[in-house]
Amino acid sequence: MQLILESLFNGLAIGSVLLIAALGLAIVFGLMGVINLAHGELMMLGAYSTYVTQLIFKLPALKPFYNSYIIVSLLVAFLVSSIVGILLEKSIIRRLYGNPLETLLATWGVSLILQQFVRSVPLAYGSGFIITVFTGLIVPLIIPEHLISNKSKRYIKSGIWSISVLIGILTANYLSTTISKLGRASARNVDVTAPAWMRGGIDILGITFPVTRLVIIVITIIAVISVTVFLNRSVWGMRIRAVTQNRSMSECLGISSEKVDILTFGIGSGLAGIAGVAVSLLGSVGPNVGSSYIVGCFMVVVLGGVGNLLGTIIASFSIGIMTDLIGAGRLLTIWPEMPSSLASTVNFFATTSMARVLIFALIVAFLQFRPAGLFPQKGRMVEG
Amino acid sequence: MTLLEIRGLNTYYGESHILREVDITVNPGEMVCLIGRNGVGKTTLLKSLIGLLSPRSGEILFNGNSLERKAPHQRAQLGIAYVPQGREIIPYLTVEENLLLGMESLPGGLAENKKIDKFIYELFPILESFLMRKGGDLSGGQQQQLAIARALLGKPKLILLDEPTEGIQPSIVKDIEAAIKRIIQETGCGVLLVEQHLNFVRQANRYYAMQRGGIVASGKTKELSKSVIDEFLSV
Repeated sequence: MQLILESLFNGLAIGSVLLIAALGLAIVFGLMGVINLAHGELMMLGAYSTYVTQLIFKLPALKPFYNSYIIVSLLVAFLVSSIVGILLEKSIIRRLYGNPLETLLATWGVSLILQQFVRSVPLAYGSGFIITVFTGLIVPLIIPEHLISNKSKRYIKSGIWSISVLIGILTANYLSTTISKLGRASARNVDVTAPAWMRGGIDILGITFPVTRLVIIVITIIAVISVTVFLNRSVWGMRIRAVTQNRSMSECLGISSEKVDILTFGIGSGLAGIAGVAVSLLGSVGPNVGSSYIVGCFMVVVLGGVGNLLGTIIASFSIGIMTDLIGAGRLLTIWPEMPSSLASTVNFFATTSMARVLIFALIVAFLQFRPAGLFPQKGRMVEG
Repeated sequence: MTLLEIRGLNTYYGESHILREVDITVNPGEMVCLIGRNGVGKTTLLKSLIGLLSPRSGEILFNGNSLERKAPHQRAQLGIAYVPQGREIIPYLTVEENLLLGMESLPGGLAENKKIDKFIYELFPILESFLMRKGGDLSGGQQQQLAIARALLGKPKLILLDEPTEGIQPSIVKDIEAAIKRIIQETGCGVLLVEQHLNFVRQANRYYAMQRGGIVASGKTKELSKSVIDEFLSV
């Protein structure tokens, strides 16, 4: 009983990291059909945002609130990744809709650029850049429309951008002088230390549940619920679903598909940022942290059935539980008197990387029988 | 004032010249029918009007304003509703959600228009009983009624109807005809209709006949002669 519970929890923990990482991808790839290879790097940016937020919270003024930095960093990571995602959509992906191969290549290129960016640009400048774009984009939305006459529009716009650039430069300057770690570029991995309340574990029924894992599970659950509610209940969610299913007709009904694209991509990228926070709690953060997750994310989305959130959820938890069962050699503990030939096979796969190999092979085999994944779209509209 | 005025419209698909110097006018409260055999460019004309295709030259004036460089969603917001061939219901959205989407083109959009006007259910009673079904699960005739209802909810000034009776059982065709006539009477909107059914064509006030992408004949439908019918309608 205890063994099963522990295995289940571990599987759940691995699965929830996969799920939160794949959730954004399920939206971008599943709903928009865009293969975004830079998704992993958006996660990496989220992880670095956590790191920067953490360092900022170590400043004397914010020190008393240090324990809550993780909550702030969720917001920061979401914003940072969605801003970069929106820039990516507006500058590159927008021009490549309908050309999946070109999108694949272009986003892969972007992923390399982003990796090199965090290696060779000090994080303070990166933060300054993000703040510039953020204020530049958000301020025009806040200003009441009647204050801007058509004539002065261009001046106001350029004014806002110059102020934003100024704010960005000042922030970059401030961060690089006060926090020396942010002032110089480094290709080395950095570590995010969890606040005190997240260290250690909680004992239930004789099993220790690490708090970080629990926090990640909670974050994942909240993210999944809010995405589902947003897509199914909100006005914008309905617009997104409409555009996903019939772009040109939705446009003819009065939905601006351009706005919907930007929003969808922004949310998908923002979720990658939140996944980055989760990832930063599990290990050290480096430029390559994202690329190690991207394959797993695509596997989850494809296995679950493209465009199906429920499928994504079930796929990631089954992969999680299988990883734990195989990777930790748990089958042996459950069934100790297994024949020795079988036992040696189980042992062979009982490492994290070999478990991945086996699971990916199983997924490939599974997709031979069900190419559309666990939950393919069905109904009259598919046949017709 | 004319509701819609098209002057010298030329539309291409790649290099092939589809619409050639098309001139058409539609007045408020008027039903205008576009007739012609398959492949003469009727659907292309409607798509150029809603903005899914961009004409290479010519002018489209809607209420006196040019529609040039306006995206389809902006044209929808100006009051043009499009009921395409093949209905184009959003398949995985419920009937209710599909109807709600019809109100996206009203001022304020979906966020401020959340009540489906009951008159839709008077026109098409079947929709009320299917509100929770997926749009894609309806039959062709039901989808056609849904598509027209969806267009009407946006309170359009001009409705573009592309073969609304194609492949639909005669009893539903009657309902659709009656609904469209009633809407024109009540709201005074204009309708530009592409149609092959002679009965329906006769309901219109005027007709334009198309051949190889150009308008070759026009006039009142009352005066539709046998020769025009034989030449342009595939009966």
